Amino acid sequence: MVELCLSKQLKIIAELPTKESIIKLLSAIPDPEIPVINIFELGVLRNVELINGTCIVTITPTYSGCPAMKLIENQISAALKAEGINEVQIKMVYSPPWTTDWISDEAKEKLRQYGIAPPEKSTMDKGILLGKNKQPACPQCSSINTSMISQFGSTACKALYRCNNCKEPFDYFKCI
Amino acid sequence: MENQTALFQYCLRLADSNLILSHRLSEWCGHGPILEEDIALINIALDFIGHGTALLQYAALVEGKGRSEDDLAYMRNEREYRNALLVEQPNGDYAKTIARQFLFDTFQYHFYQALQNSKDETLAALAAKALKEITYHLRHSSQWVLRMGDGTDESHSRIQTAFDDLWMFTGDLFDMDTTDETLLKQGIAVDLAPVKEKWQTQVSEVLQQATLKIPDQTFMQGGSRDGRHTEHLGYLLAEMQYLPRTYPGAKW
Repeated sequence: MVELCLSKQLKIIAELPTKESIIKLLSAIPDPEIPVINIFELGVLRNVELINGTCIVTITPTYSGCPAMKLIENQISAALKAEGINEVQIKMVYSPPWTTDWISDEAKEKLRQYGIAPPEKSTMDKGILLGKNKQPACPQCSSINTSMISQFGSTACKALYRCNNCKEPFDYFKCI
Repeated sequence: MENQTALFQYCLRLADSNLILSHRLSEWCGHGPILEEDIALINIALDFIGHGTALLQYAALVEGKGRSEDDLAYMRNEREYRNALLVEQPNGDYAKTIARQFLFDTFQYHFYQALQNSKDETLAALAAKALKEITYHLRHSSQWVLRMGDGTDESHSRIQTAFDDLWMFTGDLFDMDTTDETLLKQGIAVDLAPVKEKWQTQVSEVLQQATLKIPDQTFMQGGSRDGRHTEHLGYLLAEMQYLPRTYPGAKW
């Protein structure tokens, strides 16, 4: 019995988690609304710290009222618990505010393949207030002959567009 | 006034306006005039509930009495609410909802521009975050004001009536009291006088472009700073607070 306990303990020590291994572990968590990208490449997972045996995970919401945040928190806790990390603290921060610029290029390509036009480069332009729309390319046929149907789409982070070329409606991940 | 009390009151004021307007907008869910607008208003309601929740969490932290954001939302009575009178006004027709939204979006846009420089780090961070979302709200409501004002005779008269009816509640947005004075000295609160000027300029510009008249009414109803509300807030709270008050501690 003693031997068994000891070997178990040794195993844990041998595989002591590091910041990198935890980020890798949490990168397996998909965004609940857009499952082709994970919370790390989306920029929601900001940081992981290990302080006195407690794992502190810092996350930031894409939009203030994003209803997926609670689910993401639960999934982070569950993923860490499954690895035997029980002392978990999840910190929600608002500063610096999340921006679409944090979405990696690789993730943008995944969005496009999934049928969502990725955010155009560079965040918030004043054009929004002046009524000048971005001209995202259709994720189906790549035509830039597209027009906006509504600034507000199926989730807080998306706008609704239509392609005038292939006639398909599509979601556009809007810049903030 | 004690600093902590002032900050608590200030947070409630900001949080309550977000929460109450969010509830009003959510009443449109499933009733929007067209599908895209139904979705747009609910998206905007979601942003407001996000801002409201974060601000109430901070209010609860500042108060330090162990209350949660839910306690503050569901267990306070009408007189303890500090939201602006404008946001509690009923939805009416779509023109009235849009007019109310435009007046408040313009206020929030300029208010948060200033609040993001607050010496209170939490308020500054929340303002910077919210500002990105509010920019989209303001664009949405401005475009509808233009479309309705410069649209048909029917849409023009409806949105003009909406602005005329709501105008008397706009002065309340800019009232300042001892809470503001206490926090202004510390660089936490926003001076509402310059915000009011920017608001007036922008509202005038958009209304003019929409071929609408600026209401000439001068009487302004105040009172939200002391929790004196119009009769509509009581009915709203009765609906919003029904479940947690009837079944205390109920869980999903």
